Amino acid sequence: MADIVGGYFTSHVPGIGGAIVRGDQQQPYWKPFFDGYPPIRAWLAEAQPDVAVVFYNDHGLNFFLDKMPTFAVGAAASYDNADEGWGLPVYKSFTGHPELSWHIIEELVASEFDITTCQKMLVDHALSIPFELVYPDAPAWPIRLVPIAINTVQYPLPSPKRCLALGRAVAKALRSWTGAERVLVVGTGGLSHQLDGPRAGFMNPDYDRFCLDHLAADPDALTRHSAEDVAELAGTQGVEILNWIAARGALGDGPLSEVTRNYHIPISNTAAASLVLEPA
Amino acid sequence: MTMASAEVRRRPPIPGTTLFDGGMARRGFALNAMCYSFNDAASREAFRADEDGYCRKFALTPEQRKAVADRDVLAMIEAGGNVYYLAKLAGIFGLNVQDLGSLQTGMSLDDFKAHLVAQRAKIAPDMVVSTGMENA
Repeated sequence: MADIVGGYFTSHVPGIGGAIVRGDQQQPYWKPFFDGYPPIRAWLAEAQPDVAVVFYNDHGLNFFLDKMPTFAVGAAASYDNADEGWGLPVYKSFTGHPELSWHIIEELVASEFDITTCQKMLVDHALSIPFELVYPDAPAWPIRLVPIAINTVQYPLPSPKRCLALGRAVAKALRSWTGAERVLVVGTGGLSHQLDGPRAGFMNPDYDRFCLDHLAADPDALTRHSAEDVAELAGTQGVEILNWIAARGALGDGPLSEVTRNYHIPISNTAAASLVLEPA
Repeated sequence: MTMASAEVRRRPPIPGTTLFDGGMARRGFALNAMCYSFNDAASREAFRADEDGYCRKFALTPEQRKAVADRDVLAMIEAGGNVYYLAKLAGIFGLNVQDLGSLQTGMSLDDFKAHLVAQRAKIAPDMVVSTGMENA
């Protein structure tokens, strides 16, 4: 049985990548956001995960509208980043864990999740920036990767309820894995933000607070909303909370304690947050 | 709003918001396909060198072509553009997401940025915003 060390949740705003390139971490605009990460680095140094199961959404690097899976599980030996077209650096590649990926795939389908499997898969800033934030000086990523992409682009999106169930099915798969890996579960994106339309710039700290306060102890509270409700409450890109909800499910049903959280408005157009939960 | 998307939608519309559903995805396919091509630096260069020819290659609809020519973000969205892909086109024009926000809301760039910062005031005074910093 894999040992789940905990869950790391974070925004993945592309602008963070630009700030890192410029070395702006201590600038007044960025400092309140970056200050959330030293506690997470300290926690990771103790927890020593060696594989990360990451729920994220692709922003038009690997998936286009010609083929848009609702849930896609990576099963590759390695995952490259690539030019996303808007000037971010190309990030380090990840080493995969195909054996664990295929175990999760087998178990998810056995749990009646009809997922897409990807033996080739580019991963975008939504996957790289969370690791740039917590392993800023690593010459190579110290963890192997199992990426799980959730469609947050094209409606119908999976419901929060379905995403939580997906995560719980991943938790079940991790329980039946015979390896001794130390697994970090990651959910990326959010919190509230909207880039498009006349409502661009919308944020909703009250909904973000509801999510932050309920994710650990009562994640089912987040499933009373439809994906469309979440778009109204959190903004059209705030639906990335679906990644957090799925990741929460993958932490299993045991009690969790909050290690650290940070919430700041604004980073770019986004209400940005980081959070770590660990088994109590 | 396309007929198709109106049929698919089962809830009241969200003010100032277009949900990118099947109707929009069908309507916007050519424009989004062009934007997706801009992951490739050579494609961005080809667009810069011959915008009209590049748009023809992707068979943009007249509505989409006009929206791109006018740098009209709201019209691009109306024509089925999805912001995840449009952001790659915006990058060619040197526009970031604050610029897009300014263009879509009609605020000046400075006013839009101030609008983003002002939302900090919506954080309830008793919300726990930072914990665990003593462990760093």
